[in-house]
Formats: sequence, C-alpha cells, structure tokens
Amino acid sequence: MSIRGKAYIVGAYEHPLRVAPHHSLAQLHAEVAKGALADAGLSKNDVDAYFSAGDAPGMGVISMADYMGLKLSWMDSTETGGSSYVTHVGHAAAAIATGKCHVALITLAGRPRAEGMQTGTGVRPYFLSAPETGFENVFGITVVGMYAMAARRHMHEYGTTSAQLAAIKVTAAAHAMHNPNAMVRKLLTVEDVLASPLVSDPLHLMDCCVISDGGGALVVVSEAVKKSLRREGVKILGHGEAPKHLMGGRVDLTYTGARFSGPRAFAEARVTPQDIDYASIYDSFTITVLETIEDLGFCPRGQGGPFVAEGNLRAPHGKLPWNTDGGGLCNNHPANRGGMTKVIEAVRQVRGEAHPAVQVKDCQLALAHGTGGSIGTRMGSATVILGKENA
Amino acid sequence: MNEPVATLPAPMPEINPETKPFWEACAQGRLLLKRCEECGELHYYPRAICPFCMSAATTWFESKGQGSIYTFTITRRAGGDYARATPFVLAYVTLDEGPTMLTNIVTNNPEALAIGQRVAVVFHAAGEGAALPRFAPA
Repeated sequence: MSIRGKAYIVGAYEHPLRVAPHHSLAQLHAEVAKGALADAGLSKNDVDAYFSAGDAPGMGVISMADYMGLKLSWMDSTETGGSSYVTHVGHAAAAIATGKCHVALITLAGRPRAEGMQTGTGVRPYFLSAPETGFENVFGITVVGMYAMAARRHMHEYGTTSAQLAAIKVTAAAHAMHNPNAMVRKLLTVEDVLASPLVSDPLHLMDCCVISDGGGALVVVSEAVKKSLRREGVKILGHGEAPKHLMGGRVDLTYTGARFSGPRAFAEARVTPQDIDYASIYDSFTITVLETIEDLGFCPRGQGGPFVAEGNLRAPHGKLPWNTDGGGLCNNHPANRGGMTKVIEAVRQVRGEAHPAVQVKDCQLALAHGTGGSIGTRMGSATVILGKENA
Repeated sequence: MNEPVATLPAPMPEINPETKPFWEACAQGRLLLKRCEECGELHYYPRAICPFCMSAATTWFESKGQGSIYTFTITRRAGGDYARATPFVLAYVTLDEGPTMLTNIVTNNPEALAIGQRVAVVFHAAGEGAALPRFAPA
C-alpha cells in the first residue's frame, strides 16, 4: 500500500501580507483557504477534509470548521510545529488513497509580528508543562540558542564555518530579489551576514529567519476530482515523517529527523536525491538547511558546508536549486512555521509558475521538507516528493 | 575578550511528582540520575518509565557531577528573567556516567570555553526545595 500517485495538489495560496495588525487569526486562516480553493477552481462546499495545526485558534480544526462553515468527513490536527503542513500533505494523500475523503484543505496562519515578537527572545508557549520543561526552560533557552548549539557541534565535528552558513543566507537573498512580497529584498554578501550581530554564537542575526504574519493553504484532491478541474495537478509521489529527539540523553545535534523521513519519502516515490530538480528545505536558521541537505542525501555527511559555499543551492542552474521564493530566511515565515510555504514554492516550481528568473527549466520532481520544534532538542521532520502529472 | 557576566537568574523549575526527588536532591547539593534495573541503561532527564525498554524499574543514583562540554553557545539575546543576564552560556554537558544534559556554564570568561572542556557541577538555589544544576570549568 502506497500513496504514490493517489492524490494531487491542485490549489496553493500564500497570503501576500507580512504584517497583519488589522486581521484576526481566524480571518487569516479563512483568507488563505479561500485563496487556495479559488486557485484550484473549487468551492468551500467541495471540501470534505480539513487539516490544521497548533497555529489555528481555539479548538483548531473544530473552531475553524465552525468559522468557515465546513462540513467534513475527515479531520486531522496533527501538530509537529513548523513541519505540520508537510506532514498534512502526506496524511491527506493517505486519507484520499483509502477513500476517506476527496477534497482536503490545509491551512496555516499567524501574526507573531503584529504581536511584537523579536528574534532571539522567544520561548514558545507549547514548551510549558511538557515533561522536559523543568529541565530546559530554567536555563534560559531560546529558539536561536538551541540551534546555535547544533551549529557549534557541527562545526566541531566537520569543520563547518560561519562563512559557509552565511552562503545559505546570501543565496536566499538573491532569490528573494525576485519576490515582490519578500520581507528581505536586498542582495547580501557573506561579509554582510558575518557583520550582523551575534544573537547566540555562532549564529548571527542574518542566520535567522524573518518573523512574519500571514499564512498559506493547500488543496489536495483525489484523481477523480483532479480530472474535473482545469488546473494541472501536482502529483504526490512520496511522503515520510519521523520525530527526532534527545534519546534519553544520547544527544547528537549534528543531524535532524530528515535522516529518517527522507529515505521513506524517496523509497515511496521510487526516486533518488539525484533525481530531484528543485528542493524546498526548511530554513528556520542557516544551520537547519545545512544539516538537512546532508540528511536527505544531497551531499555526503559533513560536506554540507562546502556544498552550499560552492553555490549549489542557486537557482536556476545550481545542482540543487533551493527555496526560490527566498524561503523563511528572506521571504516569509508565517506564524514562525515554515512548512506550508515550503510546499507552496515546490508546487509553483512543478507548475512552472515560479518567478522566471528562478524557475527551474522542465521541473519534473520537487521535494519539500519541514522541520518543526528544534534541532537542538526535539523535532518533527516531514518530507514530501511531488511531481508533474505524468511523473 | 572578557565580557562582564551578569548573575544568572535561578527560576523555580516546573516540578511534578515524577521529578520531585531530582530537585530535592539538587537542593541538597546532589545530582541524581536514573538507571533502569531491567536493561541497565542510564537516562536523562529522569523518568519513571525507562525510555529504552519501558520498564518501570528505574532507580535514582548519584552522579559524580563531572563531565565535559558537548556543545555551548554564548546567548546574547534572551527573554523573560534571562533578558538582563546576557551574555550567558547555554550548554550541553556529557556526564562521565554517559547521559548528556542541558545546563549553563558558570564562567567569567565565556570566550575561553571549548567543546570537550572538563566541567563540574555547581548548584544555585532556586527557592524552596529546588536548586539548578549548573557547571563550572573544572
């Protein structure tokens, strides 16, 4: 049993706002839902499955089903932080493959910027009253601090440098120049990144993603529904997911859960990393990208630094064109969760609708990967592989 | 470069029935770990149920409180109580008994720290019935 080829993404929408002081959270979710359904050529009454995660207000799926007036036969509130929406794509395909639903809607939205959040200061509310809380929060953990410790250990074991990490931001900025909605629209150099203030060493301010409001939504449908639509479908070929954590104190911060989710997705899709034309890879921080590239098999373990510094991530001609919307590092990281926008840009690439300057020619196969939680403690990882209708 | 080091805050940890003995021991200057009597593995943070074999036969024992730095960061921006304590050092320390734990390194010279450096536990009182286990260069 496999989801390979059983479901298609037919609608994708990214909210154009990056700061939304005059919206409610529910309103943002509904606006992105409306946008994705319009993109698909479907209406609200066609939706029979709804997926949302911890960013949805109130009782999540239930509150938003009430707000939007949805009638559903399938509900999924899987919460794995920023990777949730990549996971949801896999779960939607599985539910469709087993006939539980036919039109699945996935939404993400948030307004941390309107609420005044600042880089380096956040301890997320969902860390409270977790079993680990007493052993972590008391030491002044921050999101950046935990990723910084992963970066330092990777540097120690493999010789990775701050300049190599900076090259990732430089590439994201170059791509974001072509995205009118991107938050960072300025060409950056490695020197610019290294000259930005250290937030938690070795990570500088520019090693961090932006903080933005907004959101995004996807519509996943069965083959029968897809055939009734004018839009070309983006075929879901494979999916994998896994948690990765501290293993009872056997801590290794040099790799992510992508080491487990990636091979599952590739096996189901029956392709290899060398077959991938475009990759959206979660970029909460530069180190997130570097470790994930290794874990997904795009370069040998420990070689992520040289791989990114050689310009392999640059679109459209690099070996692995990556995050062509500017990613979370420069475009958008709505609700502090980047999984949704990763899938949306992968859909644009397969459809041939990315900006012409960064569109990969004849993009047959795309990968989207999400990391939720922290690579410095515990995370949910999810990988999906997407392709053209004939893939 | 030496930077002035503010006194680290010592907030009261969130304590539950499963972890109360750990924090009480810290208040007495002892670092406790858990050992599984069925599979023999040690783990951290301490749990009633072994994360390796799910046995409920886990018992407390005292760590020697010595280890080495697995990784660390000098945190220059933080929130809450720690916002005024920057720069401070967040670290993972691998205890000589095996498990690696999240903690702070207490030092006046954070720039001189290195992965692999030897450290020993110190305790900072955090109110009634608890103290925070931190580490200082040995």
